[in-house]
Amino acid sequence: MLCQHCQKNEATTHVKTVINGKTAEYRLCPECAHALGYDHMFPDLTADFGGILGSFLSAALPARSGATHCRLCGSTMNDIKKTGKVGCSECYDTFFSDLMPTIRSIHGNTEHIGKRPVIEYETSGDKQPEKDQADVGALRAELKKAIEEENFERAAELRDRIKEMEG
Amino acid sequence: MSEAVVSTRVRLARNLSDYPFPIRLSDDKAKEIADKVDEALRDCGVRFHRIDLSTVSDTIRVALLERHLISPDFVRGDKGRAVFLSDDNTVSIMVNEEDHIRLQVLRDGFEPDEAYEIADRLDNALSRKLNYAFHEKLGYLTQCPTNLGTGMRASVMLHLPALDITGAVHRIGANLSKLGLTIRGLYGESTKPVGAFFQLSNQVTLGISEKAAIANLKNITAQLIAQEMKAREQLLGKIEVRDKIARALGVLKTALVMDHGEAMSLLSLVRLGVASKQLSTLSTDSIDRLIVEIQPASVMTKFGEEMTPQERDIKRAEMIRERFE
Repeated sequence: MLCQHCQKNEATTHVKTVINGKTAEYRLCPECAHALGYDHMFPDLTADFGGILGSFLSAALPARSGATHCRLCGSTMNDIKKTGKVGCSECYDTFFSDLMPTIRSIHGNTEHIGKRPVIEYETSGDKQPEKDQADVGALRAELKKAIEEENFERAAELRDRIKEMEG
Repeated sequence: MSEAVVSTRVRLARNLSDYPFPIRLSDDKAKEIADKVDEALRDCGVRFHRIDLSTVSDTIRVALLERHLISPDFVRGDKGRAVFLSDDNTVSIMVNEEDHIRLQVLRDGFEPDEAYEIADRLDNALSRKLNYAFHEKLGYLTQCPTNLGTGMRASVMLHLPALDITGAVHRIGANLSKLGLTIRGLYGESTKPVGAFFQLSNQVTLGISEKAAIANLKNITAQLIAQEMKAREQLLGKIEVRDKIARALGVLKTALVMDHGEAMSLLSLVRLGVASKQLSTLSTDSIDRLIVEIQPASVMTKFGEEMTPQERDIKRAEMIRERFE
């Protein structure tokens, strides 16, 4: 069987990890096993959390997204591996496939279940949007009437005003 | 329940989509976020008091930590870090900690549902004003992937003296991770347990709803407490243990100098004695309050920040003697 990491050499090392009750198994060649830190029985237990997460991330599959850095915050996948911290919300899209194996090993899941943000925006004390809404409605009614009456000049004028109000 | 559960906490991690996470955030942008949160909290129904961390002394910051109003990491008080506290100190909102927003609700006793309800309501109020970073698949986006999904950490502070003495806590701790939970020391992540106080909290946040995570926490807490009670029964059958408890009260009532570590171990024993009705002295609630007040920075903010460690230990012994009189 070929190494699941480099897909080149013969796999000689069988790695089994149990995280949050989920078992994952990999077959690796000696080089990859060494590179991923699976060649010693007792990993450094004194490492801080960033370090542990970093090693989680290094064990992730090689980059597939192709992007070298996040266009919003400039983070590279290397930065994220080093600190164990993601640079911004955009990074999750940029490095989605790189981060996924780590996310799966941390949570045992990859799909959010639960609350979603309440997104209606209240413009406190300012009723402008509602008023505009009402006005557009009234203009639309007027436009319909103008077309029915074949008053096209008036209809064109109304159409432009509605367009303007709706941005 | 109340014999073993000291308090409950629910915290939500949130970020704003238009700013990089704190690790990549400039001081100016950090301040901008604190101001935005300030503004958004104006008409949320709860009154908040803002503390910009860089404007207060180290002692006050540590005192806030001792009351669990800020995290150990937040104490450093880098620029742009601010905490918003409700008047009764039951809600704290840390800005620019590991995430832009860490909204936390604290309740005495075992009240995870009530704590979540308050957090949920405030979170809704904030989400109407702020543009949260949210991903269809991954839920609320957080700086550390360990908080993705609900961004919720619900925890209970437990007093488990019997499981601690018998060493069972450590065995249980190893099994909890399989259930998506974790047990930690008094002040959370990477802190040592003091006086047999432990924090039990959910670990997994992605792929599990807030309600399910809380139900899971409640279920495991109940099981843990049942084990603690069984262990207490056995332990308290021994005269040596009852003697230790009785002596602990004696020392607390008479000592003239007492450091924090000693006070915590003695109060832990007395709390066990009170909960099992061996002692009739202060209630467990009063002991829990005393435990908060005798922490080093809390003593100093009350009696003067210029104290030497010995003066502090003398003051602590005095506070304890007065309370047990």
